[in-house]
Amino acid sequence: MSTAVDMPRFVRAKQVEALPPPNLARGPIAWIRENLFSGPFNTLLTLVVLYLLYVSVPPMVKFLFIDAVWTGTDRAACRADTGGSESGACWAFIWDKINYFIYGSYTVSERWRVNIFFALLAIGVVWLLWLRAPRRDLGAVYFFWIFPTASYILLTGGNESFSGRFWIGFAILGALVISLFAFVAAVLKASMRPALVIGGGIVAVVGVTLALVDMDFGLAHVPTSLWGGILVTLLVATVGIVVSLPFGIVLALGRRSKLPIVRLASVIFIEFVRGVPLITVLIMANTMLPLFLPGDMTVDRLLRPLIGTALFASAYMAEVVRGGLQAMPKGQYEGAMSLGLNYPQMMSLIILPQALRIVIPGIVNTFIGLFKDTSLVAIVGIFDLVKTIEASRIDPNWAAPTIGMTGYVFAALFYFIFCFGMSRYSLGVERRLAAGQKR
Amino acid sequence: MSAQHIPTATVDPKAQPAIEMIDVHKWYGEFHVLRDINLNVRRGERIVICGPSGSGKSTMIRCINRLEEHQKGRIIVDGIELTDDLKRIDEVRRDVGMVFQHFNLFPHLTILENCTLAPIWVKKMPRKEAEEVAMHYLTRVKIPEQANKYPGQLSGGQQQRVAIARSLCMSPKIMLFDEPTSALDPEMVKEVLDTMVGLAEEGMTMLCVTHEMGFARQVADRVIFMDYGQIVEMNTPDEFFRNPQHERTRLFLSQILH
Repeated sequence: MSTAVDMPRFVRAKQVEALPPPNLARGPIAWIRENLFSGPFNTLLTLVVLYLLYVSVPPMVKFLFIDAVWTGTDRAACRADTGGSESGACWAFIWDKINYFIYGSYTVSERWRVNIFFALLAIGVVWLLWLRAPRRDLGAVYFFWIFPTASYILLTGGNESFSGRFWIGFAILGALVISLFAFVAAVLKASMRPALVIGGGIVAVVGVTLALVDMDFGLAHVPTSLWGGILVTLLVATVGIVVSLPFGIVLALGRRSKLPIVRLASVIFIEFVRGVPLITVLIMANTMLPLFLPGDMTVDRLLRPLIGTALFASAYMAEVVRGGLQAMPKGQYEGAMSLGLNYPQMMSLIILPQALRIVIPGIVNTFIGLFKDTSLVAIVGIFDLVKTIEASRIDPNWAAPTIGMTGYVFAALFYFIFCFGMSRYSLGVERRLAAGQKR
Repeated sequence: MSAQHIPTATVDPKAQPAIEMIDVHKWYGEFHVLRDINLNVRRGERIVICGPSGSGKSTMIRCINRLEEHQKGRIIVDGIELTDDLKRIDEVRRDVGMVFQHFNLFPHLTILENCTLAPIWVKKMPRKEAEEVAMHYLTRVKIPEQANKYPGQLSGGQQQRVAIARSLCMSPKIMLFDEPTSALDPEMVKEVLDTMVGLAEEGMTMLCVTHEMGFARQVADRVIFMDYGQIVEMNTPDEFFRNPQHERTRLFLSQILH
């Protein structure tokens, strides 16, 4: 086809139809040549990787599956001197100890309560994460209120029997919270009614929750010192995730606030928590917190690291969310303001939905980090999954060469399944949200 | 443009002005952006504001819905004086629509949701009614068929018309336009201007920052020329274009009218 370049005048006479792209080399061999052997460096890399796979994969398969011991009741199955095999993983050990790995030392007759907790957790997670689930707003109420309250009662047994003094204290605190909301509304010259409704709502929800926890459901008390294994790992991770996202958002908004005191408080919290290793936070929460509290007040020994990890993750989450807020163009704020939306509406309807979408990878990254960091609570004597494996592998009943390795492979599998699941889920969400509003 | 000038809606001269700006000053840090702005806008009046970039024209109209704060003087919009009072600011913003150079549509919401958001949340209108209102205005700007698309799937001109519809859904008494056609491809400018002319014909009080002089001739009751944060000249479009008084105005017009 001639072009107009060498002609002084040109008028298109015929429209050029859209054609399919030229049929370049296709098929598996072309793909391999294109992607694996396109140049000397690429070829070298491919060969090195193939060699590494050859060196690592077959022995792993052999250890994990082919030579593995699947049945047995004690160490005999996994020791060569008693006729067992010691060149493969000793899955019999995991099978024998699985209840300890899941529940820790939780009272055996009460373990059905933990199973219900797992089921409730699964329902909540699916309800919230499945984007097409019905009534996801109710799902949020379930996950952030009903589920935690029910779990607390189920796992500890509830029946806290608060004293009369406690309830008087709560009433005073509640009145203070409501008047604080009214005061803030008056200072900001915003309307009074919604402030009172929000303040009263918060107090009412907390009050109902406390009353439920106070009630006697006839469940035996199981002290947290007996909890352990996957129960504790999932509990710490869930509490961390559920607390860190909203708290992180609040901190991020606080850090960008125009009010200097709010901003300063957020900055100090974030920088202090981020500047200290998690182990230090945990040890401080465990040993120093009781020193600061009045003598007759004790914080549960599981609650201490729970608070520690949740606050730790919140600080990181705040910075991730701040990144998203900073990526929002000023025009979005102005568009929202010019329509008369107030600050909470602007943030919750316009800014946060977009900002959080931008930082989904960062949020999930923080969640995954948090999930793995839960294994550090073992430092302060909490029996999470890794700690229960540690404790089991020195059991003389199972004294065999491959026990330790098998235990850690099991832990690795557990963590990998959860972290990989989170990663894939977030990718799916990103793709779905991107498909809706491609630019 | 050769179209005839649209006559102003008949206005009761004793009625309260739509906007009063009295001795308004504003600083960005040390920089004095708005100086001695005095302006009264009657109801139904259409005002076009032009001037070189950095002359404070956008800042001035953004003060009217308090996207910018003024530090001295008084601004009274529809009888409500703008102060630090958040409640009053929200009241003013409810009655003043604004159209931006870069549209500022919400990309995570569909066109329909963009239009119904403020009526539902600010005016507490039932969703169904809000959707009817939105479809009415989307039909008026001639894009009802795009209602369920996202802003990113529309052309610039279509997006700007959605932005106008979004503002209209709040049934504002005053509309502010901040260079509504400056970010558009030449072929799309006309569709947006036509929409704005239609609004003017219906008697909307309008303040437009624009360099579309054809639009100014056809629609404006007054043209304001600004430079260095001041109102340099203000006149009817006829007089303004035919017989500019100030030297700076003449220089400016000679640059933009060929």
